[in-house]
Amino acid sequence: MEFFAISMLNGLSYGLLLFLLSSGLTLIFSMMGVLNFAHASFYMLGAYFAYQLTGYLGFWPALVIAPLAVGVLGALTERWGLRTVHKYGHVAELLFTFGLFYLIEEVVHLIWGRAPVDYRVPAVLDFSAFTIFSTSYPAYRVFMMAVSVGMLLSLYLLLTRTRIGLIIQASLSHPHMVEALGHNVPRVFMLVFGGGCALAGLAGVIGGNAFVTEPGMAAAVGTIVFVVVVFGGMGSLAGAFIASLFFGAVQTFSVALDYSLLNLLDVFGVSVERTSGWYDVLSLSIAQMAPVLPYLLMVLMLVVRPTGLMGTRET
Amino acid sequence: MRDLTAKVEVPSLETASLPRTRFALGRQLALWSVVAAVLLVLPLLFEQSFALSMLSQMGIAVIFALSYNMLLGQTGMLSFGHAVYFGLGSFVCAHVLNAIGAGALGLPVTLLPLVGGLAGLGFGIVFGYVTTKRSGTPFAMISLGIAEMVAASALMFPAFFGGEGGIVTDRVVGDPVLGVSFGPQIEVYYLIAGWCLLCMIAMYALTQTPLGRMANAVRDNPERVRFIGYDPTRVRYRMFCLASFFAGIAGGLATINYEIVTAETLGLMASGNVLFMAFVGGIGHFFGPVIGAVLVSYLQSALSTYTQAWLLYFGLFFVIMILFAPGGIASLFAVHAAPLRHGLLSRLIPGYLLCGAMLAVMLLGFIALVEMLYHFEQGAALGREFNLFGFHVDVTLLKPWLVAGAVFAVGLAAFLFTLPVVKRAWAAVHVELQARDA
Repeated sequence: MEFFAISMLNGLSYGLLLFLLSSGLTLIFSMMGVLNFAHASFYMLGAYFAYQLTGYLGFWPALVIAPLAVGVLGALTERWGLRTVHKYGHVAELLFTFGLFYLIEEVVHLIWGRAPVDYRVPAVLDFSAFTIFSTSYPAYRVFMMAVSVGMLLSLYLLLTRTRIGLIIQASLSHPHMVEALGHNVPRVFMLVFGGGCALAGLAGVIGGNAFVTEPGMAAAVGTIVFVVVVFGGMGSLAGAFIASLFFGAVQTFSVALDYSLLNLLDVFGVSVERTSGWYDVLSLSIAQMAPVLPYLLMVLMLVVRPTGLMGTRET
Repeated sequence: MRDLTAKVEVPSLETASLPRTRFALGRQLALWSVVAAVLLVLPLLFEQSFALSMLSQMGIAVIFALSYNMLLGQTGMLSFGHAVYFGLGSFVCAHVLNAIGAGALGLPVTLLPLVGGLAGLGFGIVFGYVTTKRSGTPFAMISLGIAEMVAASALMFPAFFGGEGGIVTDRVVGDPVLGVSFGPQIEVYYLIAGWCLLCMIAMYALTQTPLGRMANAVRDNPERVRFIGYDPTRVRYRMFCLASFFAGIAGGLATINYEIVTAETLGLMASGNVLFMAFVGGIGHFFGPVIGAVLVSYLQSALSTYTQAWLLYFGLFFVIMILFAPGGIASLFAVHAAPLRHGLLSRLIPGYLLCGAMLAVMLLGFIALVEMLYHFEQGAALGREFNLFGFHVDVTLLKPWLVAGAVFAVGLAAFLFTLPVVKRAWAAVHVELQARDA
């Protein structure tokens, strides 16, 4: 029970963090039809910017400035990079972001080196928030959840209750009509791209110190975010939300469960000899399978339901 | 979303030369004879062992990149997981080679790549069934998912993948056949060259078959393909399986060449690399990936011995190619074909020389800045003083930074200033070409 409660909380905070990333990614996708391969790189930049800024200004200013800086970088990328390759089609756009992914990783190597940097949870938040059974739960995790939920609520309100939100929503489905009504759709695209990157940057700021800030963090999170977006249904915010929480839980639980098919067979009274050729496969525990699990689930989902959980488009 | 590549300008070599190739069997024969002769003579020109292993590596890369282009260039499928089939073919070959060595299996090493190809084909049939159900961005994402899945499971099944250390093997098995033992690198080179030639001819021939043509149609307009009674999914699936087959052959050759296979060969990095080769070379031309494979293999080996920052230069090169020359190097050659035919190339050269010189200055400054930054950040490992273009540089001083920055800025400004010269020359050539056509 204790394990379950703690894992559930950890899964929730990780899932919310994933949603900060996947919401931006899926918004950008539904608007431009291109999956931003470098999305997780902006997450990484957020963490590194925050690390650097914390050294000069402290954590709280960094929490605000770093995501904004990442957002500006994202907007510039859209304006001077993506918009240039747009005329060559989606393959070129996807390739451009793929190249950017490598480039950003190398630039991080260049500036901050290959080893993890010492980006820590601020002292103010470094205490135990409450105790469940015998395990104390860190306050920073609670803070992470609060920031994510707060940010996502304001995003929801922005999209549904404000004028710019309505224009964004209209540009998603009818860009030409919106343009005909006199709105600058390319600028809306730029804003959405920058906004999505800023969300990723924010995730980096609050996630970088909870986990590890290192050059490999973009690759580690990036593919999971893709899985989330594809699993939830490309272009669907609600689907991305459900999938984020689901994979947050899957990732947290699976690494801790030490059960294998052998245990299952045991229940039915079947035992497998160690010499059997199947032993290697059957003895794999869920914890060992953990890195593969998300991709397996994604492939299964695509076989069963090609649009993903809540998606409406086939391709 | 359906017209993923519809907007990519693919100045297609095939469609342009279709009526001619039918009657030009002699020309084809001559072309492949030249390729064969080049492959035969190359190792005689470069005798050092470094060059020989480089050439072997290039041969493998050429097959791999061409097989990748069957997906991206010919069928419009952007795969992020092509190295899976290369790597799995490679692993299967390593196990088969070990079995041959143990005397459990009688198979000449010369035919081992075929085993790799069949392994690649087998996995292509399984994974391709799932992957090719979709096209466009979802296809790319599923291929990525499968790549990650296979790469992650490499550590789960140490019996097959050999864990971190990989599978080690020995290509010298049994008695020499006709004096060939595959011990010396030169014999391995000729094996690779032979397979490379065979695969190139096979893959080129495939572009001329109805399947190859339909693949192009699926790339350009799948809806219309369905309209005339073909199933785009099936065409994609078949092309995918065939591409996996050729990737497996390349993997088998890699096993023979390196005598070790690690999980890295099927990772995302390797998949990205082959994508890079094909794209930089030019996905719109059959021989584009060949150029890319040769150039990228050379640069990777050469650059990585000189500088730590080679991946950065690579990434930049890639992004700049996408931004300004999405047709790859092959398209740069192609646009100059018409001026060359009409003898107008000489009008372009002065502008190119001028602009190129300015570009060189800019690059010099840029490289200096990057190298200094690397030495500044990783001073403990690399030392803060080093030799740069023959100058002794101490990165703790301000002067070298100012000089490098100034060189870069001046080069950039001069480049942008001289760019209109090239543009004007091209405009003049265009007018002239149109006048001659009329």
